Amino acid sequence: MARYGMVIDTKKCVGCQDCVVACKTENQVPHGYSRDWLAYETIGKFPKLNMEIRTERCNHCDNPPCVYCCPTGASHISDGGIVLVEHDKCIGCKACVASCPYDARFVHPEGYVSKCTFCEHRVKEGKDPACVSVCPTHCMYFGDFDDPESEVSKLLQERKYHAIIPEAGTKPHIYYLT
Amino acid sequence: MHELIITRSNHLIDPIFTPWGWEIPIYLFLGGLVAGMMIISGYFILSGRHQKKDCSCFVVPTVALALISIGMTALFLDLEHKLYVWRLYTTFQWTSPMSWGAWILLLVYPILTLNAILKIPENIAKKLPWLKNIGEKLSGRKFAVKVIGAMSMISGGILGMYTGVLLSTLVARPAWNSSMLWILFLVSGLSAAAAFIHLFAKREDERRLLAKADNGFLIAELMIVALIIIGFLTSSEVQNAAAMLFINGPYAAVFWVFVVGLGMVVPLFIQLFAVNDKIQHTPIAPIMVMVGGLILRFVIVSAGQYSGWFTGTFTTP
Repeated sequence: MARYGMVIDTKKCVGCQDCVVACKTENQVPHGYSRDWLAYETIGKFPKLNMEIRTERCNHCDNPPCVYCCPTGASHISDGGIVLVEHDKCIGCKACVASCPYDARFVHPEGYVSKCTFCEHRVKEGKDPACVSVCPTHCMYFGDFDDPESEVSKLLQERKYHAIIPEAGTKPHIYYLT
Repeated sequence: MHELIITRSNHLIDPIFTPWGWEIPIYLFLGGLVAGMMIISGYFILSGRHQKKDCSCFVVPTVALALISIGMTALFLDLEHKLYVWRLYTTFQWTSPMSWGAWILLLVYPILTLNAILKIPENIAKKLPWLKNIGEKLSGRKFAVKVIGAMSMISGGILGMYTGVLLSTLVARPAWNSSMLWILFLVSGLSAAAAFIHLFAKREDERRLLAKADNGFLIAELMIVALIIIGFLTSSEVQNAAAMLFINGPYAAVFWVFVVGLGMVVPLFIQLFAVNDKIQHTPIAPIMVMVGGLILRFVIVSAGQYSGWFTGTFTTP
């Protein structure tokens, strides 16, 4: 069984937002909403400042609070550890929106909750998610963490990395190389 | 400096996290109030008070049925995918407090109905004689009455607890993430219910008992509030920041003035004077308790949404 996830090289990301546009186009994300976005984090004291640019989305956690709090089972863990929402089961109670520490979910204008799916339809065809496939600096990597020979596993063996708020206990599956 | 700029588009989250509006606090308040009413009504039945003339335990369940229905309407209005609400009853998700709540609410209705028909008002009895017959048959069986009283207390307790558990399990919102929130909501519900029944109880001895009980609930509530804040202050950084929301942050004024001051401390003193026969029983104190309980739900729901792992980082130097 695969365990999909992403590795993002913050040393390469220039914040061009191509990933955001690709996602909106591929998944027909409605105007005014986004499944992925850019975060520009600056830490330090002038002139010693450190800026990290990173592309963020649902972390497809191993311990996903959104799945546990869903009253209808609409939020679920699919093959490969991808966290998905079944639209026909979602009642739009927004418990999952409130439970996500990454604020990764939104309510689609049609009423159900939506979020990043890792472009599951593309993954099933053996392709990378749309955001990964268009990145002009090749800072995004998608793959199987259960396979020690995969590119994402090797990157985590070779480079320093961090996840976003792992202390929330959600076991996120997107890692940022630093 | 520590600055985070996010380009996300999500009107429920950016710039301030607000997926839940007025509907949820209204529902939580009415759910807690009904829970308290069920516990008190069940206690009156089990303690034999229901045999006394004009016992309020026969009016309480009818009013509670109306109140919980209003609460559930508010909950329904909050749903974004309303036509799919029936999905709640096609499954039971044991890890989801909301799923538990949906089924608990289904349990509450028949128990409240059974409690209500034990002695139905004369005007309804004339229109629905068959209902009166069922009620008389039920109330003639002591064991059945006791079972209804016990069921009322148990299901009321579960309902009251669940309203707090619903929020406290959402780990992403530090201001809700207290294992004591369910106790606060349960005791607050009991306090509001005692105050509410006090308003329309016909018997003097009931009003006196409810005022005394409410004083106990208010003292317990003050202690629980203190323990929750101490719990936050002695926990992680984000929960420290959550505590500061109530201590000196944007929710401090409304919390200390309207929830703790006018909703707990002042009515506690008024009722202490009343039960010690220094002043007459007044509806002012119960009304203050109920309004305080309602504002408490609004403050908790709003502060929880304001708090988060990212905001927590930035509100603490």
